[in-house]
Amino acid sequence: MCLALPSLVTEILPDDNARVELGGVSKIISLALVSDVKPGDYVIVHVGYALSVIDPEEAARTLELFREMGEELPA
Amino acid sequence: MKYIDEFRDGEVAQSIAKAIKAEADPASTYHIMEFCGGHTHAISRYGLEDLLPANVRMIHGPGCPVCVLPVGRIDAAIWLARQPGVTLVTYGDMLRVPGSKRLSLLKAKAEGADVRMVYSTLDAIKLASANPDRQVVFFAIGFETTTPPTAVALKQAQALDLKNFSVFCNHVLTPSAITQILDSPEVRELGTVKLDAFIGPAHVSTIIGSRPYEYFAEEYQRPVVIAGFEPLDVMQAVRMLVRQINDGRFEVENEFARAVTRDGNEKAKSLVADMFELRRVFEWRGLGQVPYSALRLKEPYAAWDAERRWDVPQDNPGDNKACECGAILRGVKKPTDCKLFGTVCTPENPMGSCMVSAEGACAAHWTYGRFRDLETSDA
Repeated sequence: MCLALPSLVTEILPDDNARVELGGVSKIISLALVSDVKPGDYVIVHVGYALSVIDPEEAARTLELFREMGEELPA
Repeated sequence: MKYIDEFRDGEVAQSIAKAIKAEADPASTYHIMEFCGGHTHAISRYGLEDLLPANVRMIHGPGCPVCVLPVGRIDAAIWLARQPGVTLVTYGDMLRVPGSKRLSLLKAKAEGADVRMVYSTLDAIKLASANPDRQVVFFAIGFETTTPPTAVALKQAQALDLKNFSVFCNHVLTPSAITQILDSPEVRELGTVKLDAFIGPAHVSTIIGSRPYEYFAEEYQRPVVIAGFEPLDVMQAVRMLVRQINDGRFEVENEFARAVTRDGNEKAKSLVADMFELRRVFEWRGLGQVPYSALRLKEPYAAWDAERRWDVPQDNPGDNKACECGAILRGVKKPTDCKLFGTVCTPENPMGSCMVSAEGACAAHWTYGRFRDLETSDA
């Protein structure tokens, strides 16, 4: 039910739909619940709908935090 | 795959685990409940419990929408599927959940009922448009994540003036469930379940935002960290919670900032607010009657409400007596405490709902965790 994954938007289609790609699989999903999505964005897809758009800056910041932690550790 | 692989890096997981071990006070224990089945799945699949120090315990919560739906509602869906002229559509997991007398929608289908699986609510709308002679009933379940897609379908049904489409609404709310757990006698009076902190839902929070958790972080003085469903997200959330517990803080922190904001998805929230209202009370498997914890369609949408269109049975037959799903959902018992686990109850032959969905605590433990239970012997 909830195991949705971030997918790349490859094409905006009519009727508030988009084509997304994940690991070589392409699928048509609905954009009815999000705004201002463009090709190249990553969206979290759940039961055929994009729920939110991934914020690339926040993602980079989270990964940076993971890395910093490793450096903080006492050897 | 971008945004997936980098959050599954084993070396980084080891370094976060080291940090947790260094920061956790060896003299105390940390009991952290992951509310969501998505987190339960990640913890089992990636063996995260083996990375955590022994005094940091994960307790599986009730956040699996398939698991918390009581038997009576499954029986009601089967009853609907058997009505003349009805085609019942729902998400895949629901087909295999046993109702009373071990009857499931899949068995009802084998007996001749028209039951179909859909991936998206819009498929249900398409089915209704293409089959004007059938009454298409969408068996809607799930937390705040799946409610907006149901709302979109209802909007479409209204726009197309589809008279042969309706929704059997079983949508439930996350914050009320967490509150119910914290108010339960096991936590509050008996102290048999110690809960120090919560990992907050990932995808539910993309919709409702982090704000709704602020009330009970404050009220119950428990820290909450909203986390993504990847293993590094979970590890990082545990680390943040250990820090909060050490500092005596109880704040709502957001580890999943790449997808969750404080206010969530306004478009989805307003759509839901427009169409749904709170039920005074709703039954959850394992939690009993939970006040204001579920939704139903508002009066203007009554024409598309299956419960107003049919006199749907409202029985409450209760679970299989030997099945411990209820106690497992409350965090009181573990899957291995159930005598059915792995004997008569397996994912191929589920006796209870926790074994059906991949997010269920029993299914996750059966698939990924049960070998951890084996005693290692020095040969």
